[in-house]
Order: sequence, then C-alpha cells, then structure tokens
Amino acid sequence: MANSLTIEKIDAAYGAVRVLEDVTLDVKSGETVVLLGTNGNGKSTLIKCIMGMVRPSAGSITAEIDGVRHNLAKLTTEQIVELGIALVPEGRRLFPKLTVEENLLLGAFRPTARAQMKHNLEFCLECFPVLRERARQLAGSMSGGEQQMLALARALMLAPKILLVDEPSVGLAPILVSRTIDKIKELKDKYQLTVLMAEQNFHQAIRIADRGYVIVHGKIAFKGDTAEELNNNDLIRKFYLGL
Amino acid sequence: MRTPFFFIIALVVGAAVFGVALWKGGDYTFYAGYVVLQFIVLATAWNILGGYCGYVNFGSAAFFAVGAYCSVALHKFDPTKPLELCLSVWIPFTEIGFRACSTLNVSFLSPIFPLPIPALIVFGGLISGIVGLGMGYLTLRLRGAFFAIATLALAVVLQTMVVNWDYVGGSRGAYIIRPSELTFAGIKLGYIQYLFLIMMLLSVIALTLARLIERSRLGYGFATIRDDELAAEACGVPTLRLKLIATTISGMLMGMAGAPFPYYIGYLEPGTAFGLSYGVNSIAMPMIGGTTSWVGPLVGALIVATLQQWVTVTISSEWGVLIVGLLLIFFVIIAPKGVVGLVQATRRRFKTGEH
Repeated sequence: MANSLTIEKIDAAYGAVRVLEDVTLDVKSGETVVLLGTNGNGKSTLIKCIMGMVRPSAGSITAEIDGVRHNLAKLTTEQIVELGIALVPEGRRLFPKLTVEENLLLGAFRPTARAQMKHNLEFCLECFPVLRERARQLAGSMSGGEQQMLALARALMLAPKILLVDEPSVGLAPILVSRTIDKIKELKDKYQLTVLMAEQNFHQAIRIADRGYVIVHGKIAFKGDTAEELNNNDLIRKFYLGL
Repeated sequence: MRTPFFFIIALVVGAAVFGVALWKGGDYTFYAGYVVLQFIVLATAWNILGGYCGYVNFGSAAFFAVGAYCSVALHKFDPTKPLELCLSVWIPFTEIGFRACSTLNVSFLSPIFPLPIPALIVFGGLISGIVGLGMGYLTLRLRGAFFAIATLALAVVLQTMVVNWDYVGGSRGAYIIRPSELTFAGIKLGYIQYLFLIMMLLSVIALTLARLIERSRLGYGFATIRDDELAAEACGVPTLRLKLIATTISGMLMGMAGAPFPYYIGYLEPGTAFGLSYGVNSIAMPMIGGTTSWVGPLVGALIVATLQQWVTVTISSEWGVLIVGLLLIFFVIIAPKGVVGLVQATRRRFKTGEH
C-alpha cells in the first residue's frame, strides 16, 4: 500500500519571522529521504508543519496513507498521529521520570495503536533488546544512545506508516550516531516504512538515504535525486560543507 | 486496590475519625478538623493540575471563593422576589438580558429554597468547574511562571467583581446565619459536626478521584504533559484537551471545598474568601507532602494544616503563615520530593542495604 508525503509550496513563520519559503518536497512510498541543513535553516519547522504543530501560512501538505489522501493542514496533531505518522522529536524528548516501559506504552496513546499495544510492545522489545533489560528503569537515567533507541521505539509503538525523524544525531557520540542511523535503516526495511529524516550530519545521513534535499535559509537550495548526486554536488560543498 | 474498594476503606477511615472526634473531642475539634479537611480537598485539587500536569496555579483562592460566593448568592436568593436584585453586578454589561430576566417569575422554586449544603456544593463545583474550563482556554498557552501569574490575575479580577456585587454583600461582606443544630434521620447533630461530616465526605471523594486519575490513562497523559509537552503531542496525546480536563476538575474540587465555607465562618467578605493563604497553602501542602501521588497532598495538608491550627491556639494566628514558609524552605532543602519522596528514598536505601 502506498504511503507517501507531498509538501507543496509551503510558507511558514513564527510571528514576523519567516522560516520557510516556498518549500516543495515529496517522499514517495518506501523511500528514505533526508533533509539536510545546518542549524536555523528550517528543518525542524518543516517537520513541525507536517505534524500540525506549526501551521503553514500558504501551500499544502498532503499524506497518502494506504492509498487514501489526507490534507494534513486541516488536521490536529493527534489526528495526524492517529493516521500513522510518527515523529521522533529532536533531542529525543522522552518522559524522563517515567520508566522505559511506560514511555513505550505512551507511544500507543491513540486508539488504533492501543488496540495492538501488547503486540507492538513485544515487537519493539525484540528490535531493541537493550530496552527489555531496562524496562523498569527510569528513562532519564539511561545513556544518550539508549535514550535515542527508546525514542525510536516509542515512535514504533504506533505501528507507523510514515516515520519522521528529527536530528537523531543530536548529542550523541560519533559511534552512536552511526548505530542510530543503521537502526533507522534496519527498521525501515523491516516494516517497509516511509522515512523523512532531518539531519545535520551529512556523511552519516547519506549512507541510508535514497535521495535528499538541502535546505538553506528556509528554501530548498538543492534537490538530489540520488545519494550520489548529493555527494558530488558543488553546491553542497559550498553551501553546506563550506569547502 | 480497586477504586470502589479504596473508596469504601477511605469512607470507613473517615467515619472512624468522625466517631473518635465525637467521642473524645469537643466542638473545637470539629472547628479545627473542618479546616484541615478543607485543606485536604484544596491541596488534592491543586495537585491534579499542579502536581500531575505541572501547571502551577496560584489562583486557588479564586476557585475557592467562587464556590463560597455561589453559596452566598443561593442562600440569599429568594424566588418570590424579582430577579434583578441578585443580578445587580451584571447590569452594566447586559441591559437587555437583565430586562428579560426581570420579567421572569421563578416563585415556583420557593419550596426547595433554601438549598441544603450538598446541593450548594454541587452548584459551587459546577460554577467553579466552568470558571476552571474558561481559565484553561484563556491561559493554557502560557507555561511556567506566566501561567502562574495569569491565574493570580484571575483571582484579582474575580475579587473585584465580587466587591462590586452588592447582592452578595460587596466589600461589606455577607452574614450567613446558620442553625445551631439539625435533625438528621431522627438523630440530632450539631451544625459544625454536620459540616465536618460533609467535608470529610468531600475529602474522601477528592482523594478517590485523584487516585483514580493517577492510575488511569488520563493520569499517564497528565504525566507526559508534565515531563515534556512536545513529546506528548508527538505521541498523539491530545494535550490541550487533557489540560482543560485538569483545570476543570481541579477548579471544580476547589469550588466544592469553598461551597460550605460561608456556613462555617458565618460572615464572609471578599478579603477572607480570596485570601492569599488559600493560594499559598494549597501549593505548599502538596509540595511538602509530595506532588506525584495522591498521598502527598493528604500528608502535606495533615501536617501543615494541623500545625497551623495548633499554632493558632497556642501562639498566634499570624504565625501560621510563617510556619508554612519555614516548612516549605525546610522541605525544599531536605526533601525536594516531599514527605512521600523522602519515605520512598529511605525505604529504597533500607532494601539495598546502603547507609
């Protein structure tokens, strides 16, 4: 079944500050698309627009879930989550004073996800064996890498169709970044997810991306149709890597 | 423990306390006990929004006073007289609505007036629940200190309105003459004993409700809001709706605690009803007891309110406020998670054998 995401010509602003300008982007079914950009260029805002946490002032955001089209700009965040679009927020954003297991169960807060909570929990713990050992531990007491795994697992509790990952590398040691990225790839293959990942770490992100976009000052500066194209582009070297 | 079972146990404990007070204590026991029970309800109510959701409400006094003034208004309400008297405060706002009201004849209601206290509690709870919902809509975009300031402002606004509402006494205050005793199913009961009993029942209801919320999905939803609101949204928790539920329940319980108050005090004026001590006490008690479970506000209210009552009769009533301040400083330093947190930590230490 097709699960895709189409963003057309959206503008977004925080009060008078314009953050996104005429952004057009699409993620086709089963793809991993990476959204590259340094700090303050609008990556997280774009993700928040998709989740309905920030409302774009113009343009449209549509998602196709199991072949049915939905206009996300008209739905609330809860409804978007209910559709099967899960977000792994930037900086993990766990519930530090709840246990690992409680964090996971909260991932299944919406009715459809709750119906298969036990089944999904078992799946998550299979994917992330470390979380099974730590089920009773407080989430805030785990290491950064484990917390990132928990954040991913929590999103999986929704049995999502489309997974949005906002900067999984934040605050992690290089080896853990690499492991996290591998895990996203593994999950994507296992569950046939459609993935949109915002990331700063160019070299890591490009390892698993099918294609990507570079966002500079709220505009799409470059669209690479293959990972290769992104890798060998002069614009990227100049704008993004500063070479 | 299942909720109905807990409710019955709490009822039995409450009845036992009442029995002991009746057997051993004099009238003073009931006067002091009423205040302690009232603070148990207030602290529990505050904790639903402040402890479970993490939204610090400084305006507890406003909800308490809404409940109290609701009772005053209903107590003074005489269905055989024209309605315009009681609506005097609203005249500048709604001339037309007021004219429409003045043609209404509600004298058919006179057999049920004056209303009994349980009915007043229901009314008080209803109105302050609505005020809570309204406050939620207006202020829940704010967080942290800004939310606290907004709730404090709500108390000031409501107090100004009551001061200008002549029907309930305005700034002069209102006298409520209560009967000295009443007959209840053939048993003669002093009025203060009756009020005590009602407040006891209310505390049991409040504690049961708080415990039920804590263990339900609603409670988990509240905890996610407290821990990280953005992550809660990403999980699909309908944060705004849950926060509105919390402000409504919290406001409702506070109003219910306030409804019998005019009958207790006998003379109510805005300065008393909106007193800062209600706001401060209902924050301090859960903080001292521990905010994450229903036990915290109960323990905190028992400790602080009892101490205050004791200090009031032995030293002076002014010292009561000082005691709260000192206790709060003490607990913030020694036990930031309150008595409940302290007990849990000690128990854990004993289990693992550390010293």
